[in-house]
Amino acid sequence: MSRSQIAILDYGMGNLHSVANAVKTVAPDCEVTITADAAVAERAERIIFPGVGAIRDCMSEILRLGFDQILTSAIAQKPVLGICVGMQALMQSSDENGGVSCLGLLPGAFHKFTAASDARGDRLKVPHMGWSQVEQHSHPLWQGIAQGERFYFVHSYYLPTAESDCVAARCHYGVEFAAAVASGNLFAVQFHPEKSAAAGLQLLANFSQWQGA
Amino acid sequence: MGLAKRIIPCLDVENGRVVKGVQFVDIRDAGDPVEVAKRYNQQGADEITFLDITASHENRDTMIHTVERMAASVFIPLTVGGGVRELQDIRNLLNAGADKVSINSAAVYNPEFVRAAAERFGSQCIVVAIDAKQVQSGSSPRWEIFTHGGRKPTGLDAIAWAEQMTAYGAGEILLTSMDRDGTKNGFDLELTRRVSEAVAVPVIASGGVGNLQHLADGVTLGKADAVLAASIFHFGQHSVPEAKAFMRAAGIEVR
Repeated sequence: MSRSQIAILDYGMGNLHSVANAVKTVAPDCEVTITADAAVAERAERIIFPGVGAIRDCMSEILRLGFDQILTSAIAQKPVLGICVGMQALMQSSDENGGVSCLGLLPGAFHKFTAASDARGDRLKVPHMGWSQVEQHSHPLWQGIAQGERFYFVHSYYLPTAESDCVAARCHYGVEFAAAVASGNLFAVQFHPEKSAAAGLQLLANFSQWQGA
Repeated sequence: MGLAKRIIPCLDVENGRVVKGVQFVDIRDAGDPVEVAKRYNQQGADEITFLDITASHENRDTMIHTVERMAASVFIPLTVGGGVRELQDIRNLLNAGADKVSINSAAVYNPEFVRAAAERFGSQCIVVAIDAKQVQSGSSPRWEIFTHGGRKPTGLDAIAWAEQMTAYGAGEILLTSMDRDGTKNGFDLELTRRVSEAVAVPVIASGGVGNLQHLADGVTLGKADAVLAASIFHFGQHSVPEAKAFMRAAGIEVR
């Protein structure tokens, strides 16, 4: 029997090896491929859609490489995990780079964190960088992860929970925002599971087993 | 609940080996930065900073290889610095598995390098390391940027420099007091607080940690977003969980 394949979509933005390393660690029986090839993505059982950097550059590469079509067809058939800017790209739009239209596969728009203060009255820094608690909604990908567990975030733009009916986890940083969204076969996280120690690895392990909706 | 203040063990690495000594009784090879990083990861460190102090440029491959090995087994953020001068250096480190790259003297010699790096790779992975020394005390204190391990003054005001670097796209500031580095007398809290209040990005306090109270002070008095230490962890004086328990007891949110 051939090994289960997980394709990590590569559109030239950022290092994908960390994601691949983490998935290989938790799913040694899976074949993990970093690819920009639609045919490879088509054959894979699961897709990971990461992203690092500025959304305008990401979107132009996503469209140039035809990843919008790959993602649209993948979501209809198999589990897809978006990570960080990957999650942002799935939404309708982002305020970053003066306003960028995104893939519109999920409702909602990303906004920039504005000056706010924490409980001590100190200014909240932007980017939101570090470990924050995540309030999970019921979903198979949270299996084995404690409610309120912390994950590692690095981002300056956020999806307000009020703008989405697909929220799968909430987080607070001056405002309440979506730490994860879920719809059918699609699950996307704002944080970096590949950098979130044991909790992040558990989420990736869950994804490697998830059969989708 | 909000964002946890981060505790970051720092490894100084030369020719692929940890220097300044690391003494874990139950670690097979305390000179191997990957083994040491794994240990800190197991202890619950929030991030690892890895500074390459190799003098010659020929040994860069060793460093890249070390970063690759570390990224393959340690699943927390990894910041790498030391000798980063060109965009290609940054690309090589990110491709090897670094999450953030720290730029130090190259930023002083060519501030535009920071702008170009942030535009190319995104602010989230560009850390500017600032080595500052107090040059004036009293009612209007002043700190200046020094290069060459604190020997060479630049005339740059540390706070203005931190503001300029964030305006150029630095996503985080790694602030080291050269007066305190290695003294175990605690962070320069006034410098830390002034820089942290001046910039909108996270500030990591560095230089001078000798006990756990110093770490807590860095956050409560220095207003740092993260605290970095080397020797108190390396020599087993304190573990990361002890540091977190102490900070938690001081009312600081930790992971």
